[in-house]
Amino acid sequence: MAEQINIIPGGDKPNQDVFSETLQRLAETDQNIIAVTSDSRGSGKLVPFGKKFPKQIVEVGIAEQNLVGVAAGLGSCDKKVFAVSPACFLTARSLEQIKNDICYSDHPVTVVGISAGVSYGALGSTHHSLHDFAALRAINNIIIVAPADNYETEQATILAAESKQPVYLRFGKKIMPLLKENSNEVFAFGKGRVITEGDDLAIIANGETVDPAVKAAALLKESGINATVVSMHTIKPLDTELLSALAGKVKAIITVEEHSVNGGLGEACASYLLQNGYCRPFKIMGIPDEYTVSGSQVEIFKHYGISAEGISEQAKKLLS
Amino acid sequence: MNTNELKKKSVGYRKKILKYIVGAKAGHTGGSLSSTDILNVLYNKVMNVSPQNFTSPDRDRYVQSKGHCVEALYVVLADKGFFPEEDLDTLCKYQSKYIGHPTRKVNGVEQNTGALGHGLPICVGTALAAKLDQKDYRVFILMGDGELPEGSNWEAALSAAHYKLDNLCAIVDKNTLQITGPTADVCNTDPLDEKWKAFGWAVREVDGNDVEALSATFAALPFEKGKPSMVIAHTTKGKGVSFMENEVKWHHGVPNKEQYEQAISELDELLTSLHD
Repeated sequence: MAEQINIIPGGDKPNQDVFSETLQRLAETDQNIIAVTSDSRGSGKLVPFGKKFPKQIVEVGIAEQNLVGVAAGLGSCDKKVFAVSPACFLTARSLEQIKNDICYSDHPVTVVGISAGVSYGALGSTHHSLHDFAALRAINNIIIVAPADNYETEQATILAAESKQPVYLRFGKKIMPLLKENSNEVFAFGKGRVITEGDDLAIIANGETVDPAVKAAALLKESGINATVVSMHTIKPLDTELLSALAGKVKAIITVEEHSVNGGLGEACASYLLQNGYCRPFKIMGIPDEYTVSGSQVEIFKHYGISAEGISEQAKKLLS
Repeated sequence: MNTNELKKKSVGYRKKILKYIVGAKAGHTGGSLSSTDILNVLYNKVMNVSPQNFTSPDRDRYVQSKGHCVEALYVVLADKGFFPEEDLDTLCKYQSKYIGHPTRKVNGVEQNTGALGHGLPICVGTALAAKLDQKDYRVFILMGDGELPEGSNWEAALSAAHYKLDNLCAIVDKNTLQITGPTADVCNTDPLDEKWKAFGWAVREVDGNDVEALSATFAALPFEKGKPSMVIAHTTKGKGVSFMENEVKWHHGVPNKEQYEQAISELDELLTSLHD
């Protein structure tokens, strides 16, 4: 396994920038690292990668089905392939290729959904991916990861390169603050990362919604409510051990995700908890099943309560 | 293997295809019979692949994009020694790995297929890997004419030409029938040769049920340096059994006892005529 290295001390970059930088670092010593793009190297921040490693980038043009099929073919020849395209197209138009050519065929390709969720904000629903967790959760043999900060992004990229199982990595465009100092923690798929600890409430979030969850916890503290915030970066396999521990400790649970409230992190947690006898006041926060409001990512988040204020209000309601 | 031996192989394969389809009470009879000669020539005359070298990165690759005609592939793989032929008694049975589409659980199968239009993109990736690794293995893919309207084929066709994949050879089993009826009536893809040429491929047409003509065609690969090769193989759906030939109902028709016996009798007669 590749050495765990923190190449971005301090963080504070968009996660997809960190993904690209990490991939370059890996490619320096590994000719088998291949990025496949569908006219997406710009938005995927892979222009420097392409310049530095012209033989390790495969461009297929705007053709997502071909993108994933080609990635599977390369993966079948022991290449460590990253198929990079906006999440909205990659996990919809080429969903069948992900299902059959990668997951069912068991080729260890990493599918990288960039500008995910509502990162493209005002460009509208064609460019939003609010279905990807739900669609991929129902497909056997894929690890689903939405890193929250630069540290998680870097570690997830390193692990994905070595994974023998297909992986879906999901990144956004927003600059992400480092959630906590990288002490001695070991990042692993399927192991949630506890950011703050408190006994009253658990806020389980992933991707770019962990940041407002942490800020909500700070607001709640002012009101005397202590919240545990978890970056549940891996949706599948879910960290059920951590979920059990949390459910045994806190009075209420909130999940937050940049995804439809249907079929994502929230429902994954709810399903586990209910089927294992944990019944706590529970709220899934995400994008409701409606035509998504127009606006920037921040405005959309705020509209649906995915903000420090919105999450803390919801927490108080749940605990009252 | 000489031409007569190849012809005899084809007849033997067709008999087994029918045997196992009857045993499974399921299968894609017409297309398996149309593609038999292509598989025969590829595995017995053209490709460098065997049970002994199947894990070698240097082997030639075969991907069957028209995965539903898996019976032809299984019969040929069994004959080549990838697995014991009697395994096929479990074809399509509960918990058998010999399911109705190619799966990598079966020794000798390169890629899981079944959903149409998936093979060519995968083969572009595999052929690209050979170029990147400076290896000289070749990649062969068998497609059906009925699956050509799938857009992913044409996305991959562009990439194959763009990357000058002259180590890639696609074969279209042009039996002109699909489940609904004549392919020309369902969604006309003719003129096929001009389409593939326009996409940057070097194209040859051949009688896809003539083992000698197929051998000569494959011997000329690559048809043009720097271009992927396309073989448009004109075939007869249900080839070798008089009442199945060019009859759309045999797309996935399973013969009853009487029909099976008649088919075997016709094939046996053909086999007798091929004795030296």
